[in-house]
Amino acid sequence: MEVFWYVLIAIVFAVFFILDGYDFGTGIIHLFFAKKEKDKEVIAKSAGLFWDSNEVWLVAGGGMLFMAFPTFYASVFSGFYLPLIIVLWLTIFRAIGLEFRSQFKFQMWKDIWDKSFGVSSLLLALFFGIALGNIVRGVNLGGVENGVSIYEGHYFFLPLWDSSFSPLCETPGVIDWFTIIIGIIAVVTLAIHGANWIILKTNSSINDKLKIIIFKLNIVLAILTLLSLIVWQIVNPKSLHNFIDKPYLVVFPIIYFTGLIGLFFVKRFKKEGHGFLFSTLLILGGITSSLASIFPIILPSTNGVNEPLTIYNTSAAEYGLSVASIWGVIGMILIAIYFVIQKRLMAGKIDKMDYGH
Amino acid sequence: MEDMIFYDRLQFAFTITFHYIFPQLTMGLSLLIVYFKWKFLRTKIEKYNNAAKFFMKIFAVNFTMGVVTGIPMEFQFGTNWAKFSELTGGIIGQTLAMEGMFSFFLESSFLALFIFGEKLMGQKLHFLTGFLVFLGSWASGYLILATNAWMQHPVGYEILDNGKFVLENFSALFSNPWLLPAFLHNQLASLVTSSFVVASIGAFYVLRNKQVEYGKLFLKNGVIFGLVSSVLLAFPTGDWNAKNVARHQPATFAAMEGIFETEKAGSEIVLIGQPNMVEKKLDNKIAVPNILSFLTYQEWDKQIPGMDQFEKEELPTNIPALYYSYHIMVGLGTIFIGIMGLALFFLWRKKLFTMKPLLWTIMFLVPFPYIANITGWYVAELGRQPYLVYGLLKTSEGVSPTVSSGNTLFTLLGFVALYMLLGLLFLVLVGKAINEGPTPKTH
Repeated sequence: MEVFWYVLIAIVFAVFFILDGYDFGTGIIHLFFAKKEKDKEVIAKSAGLFWDSNEVWLVAGGGMLFMAFPTFYASVFSGFYLPLIIVLWLTIFRAIGLEFRSQFKFQMWKDIWDKSFGVSSLLLALFFGIALGNIVRGVNLGGVENGVSIYEGHYFFLPLWDSSFSPLCETPGVIDWFTIIIGIIAVVTLAIHGANWIILKTNSSINDKLKIIIFKLNIVLAILTLLSLIVWQIVNPKSLHNFIDKPYLVVFPIIYFTGLIGLFFVKRFKKEGHGFLFSTLLILGGITSSLASIFPIILPSTNGVNEPLTIYNTSAAEYGLSVASIWGVIGMILIAIYFVIQKRLMAGKIDKMDYGH
Repeated sequence: MEDMIFYDRLQFAFTITFHYIFPQLTMGLSLLIVYFKWKFLRTKIEKYNNAAKFFMKIFAVNFTMGVVTGIPMEFQFGTNWAKFSELTGGIIGQTLAMEGMFSFFLESSFLALFIFGEKLMGQKLHFLTGFLVFLGSWASGYLILATNAWMQHPVGYEILDNGKFVLENFSALFSNPWLLPAFLHNQLASLVTSSFVVASIGAFYVLRNKQVEYGKLFLKNGVIFGLVSSVLLAFPTGDWNAKNVARHQPATFAAMEGIFETEKAGSEIVLIGQPNMVEKKLDNKIAVPNILSFLTYQEWDKQIPGMDQFEKEELPTNIPALYYSYHIMVGLGTIFIGIMGLALFFLWRKKLFTMKPLLWTIMFLVPFPYIANITGWYVAELGRQPYLVYGLLKTSEGVSPTVSSGNTLFTLLGFVALYMLLGLLFLVLVGKAINEGPTPKTH
């Protein structure tokens, strides 16, 4: 049952990052590459039409995590208190940026909300990457100082940063040079994903230019991926053990590298959806590989005193999980149906679609 | 430690109060939208369709606000109330996760289709999408009320040696005797807010002599729905909830009614008075003898335990706030019945649309159902103190053990600033929609 819920929740979060990921990416592209008002409008619209139905995946994922792994939920949400609340604020700025830009016609008003959308999308991508970095790096569970826990073993509190900015120090913060690298990888990945989304859903005048941008960003991403694999060995020498012990897990990195390699051919794609498909693989592979590398651990411990959090020592009781698996499956089927209906009715380019009036 | 609990509670209270401005409108309004759309299907009169689309615009703004202020609510269970989440997540996580799965997806998917898809799918399907939005928003209310009902009156659980609450009976969460009356009361209250908003916009149009056709339509329907829901709110649902509190939370009942001393021959009902916590009595009291005993137990001389019968630790922590919240809610509810009753009378006599004083009153009445809704929730939440899970888990035992008060104050201040901005933008947007009105623009 624990594994069932772990997989289901991982799927929900992966879908969230794929769907809302293109909104973040669209925001990043919007911030740096959209110059003409017409492009700005249509690019903002390609995220604005969808962000709220994408964000509900986060709400659903959070709720399921709360139900199935309450100890993990409690520990991680209170331990990452500041970054999580900051993420909430950023999602608010992202949302109001998208909702308000088209409400009044004058340019200054639009510029304000464009910046709100763009900057918060960029920071959200960065923070979500940093979060993933924190999960694979692990935290000082129990707040151990000089070999003694100051909290219960499954609680911790992370400052935003430690003055050394090193993942190897005794009390690493949320932001260190390792998690920053993962954060930048997330920004680049989602920028590529967002660019692919814009190409798929709009007729903006920068679509051709975006293909070149995707190609260049992909080179950056390939270099960063190699770099992260090397530094990961320094942070956690056992990071690849899971893939050696359970070779079938290699399927996840293969998904990632398929996406990475595929995107080098971006200029030759005949169908506009292909690029989006490959960047979807990139996100899916990236998240699942990271989770698989530490499974069944879900939060490693950086000290030798307290046990890491696993899906087994943080889960709810068996009866609750079994009952929930019944409604969980029904719920997922319903969600899939809504999703298909919605995507079919809103398929195609959105340039002409009426929005906000 | 005291600081920490205070800031955690203040942040939750502030963010939930602000959040609940939005769902209380959307839940009731979705029903009215479905009603207008249904009238259009039956009569084919275009103005009903325009009314439905106009209110869906208002709905959408409120829904956006509800989403962005709602996620912080879910997150705060983990961030600020980690110990509570750890101990009870196996139970309330069920209903909260179901809310995400069964209501948010429904609501958000079909809201987009309702707004963008009318031409694509034809009128019957368009009605169906509106109905599904309504279903989603009411399912959301139901599951949140199921969560709250469990905290007010825990059922279907077992407590392990390590203090964790474990679910023992899933269906008990839904057959909880606290749930149905609380849910009905809450949904009717939401319908009151939305009917009053509809009537208020109608009064505005009629008074301004602008969009008058819609103004009259909104006034008529707002007044009818407003009166029916206000009456049902007081009786039977309000009465039913009060009896539940008297039965299951007697200390709370004594505090909210302001009964300091037990009266042997039946309790009086307090209409006005200020709790004096030093002398343990009500100052400037106006009360009617024996009515409370009759209303609660249908016996004039039934003895109701006053606050003197309970240990200090069992009583709610802020008795005056609880007492005022309760009396404001009940007082406003009574006034609503009066004003809407009067309005319906003049509507029937065909004089309402020319009665300026009454129209002004209806227009300016709009903040008060919001206040009544929110004070109603304060009654539930202050009344449950000092517990998170009534009788079993104290509020002080639920806070996050690692988050310092300095950090909570920092985020509280951030929320206050951000929500001020949000509130301002919300008013601008709703004002703009009302100003544009329901008449379709001719291009």
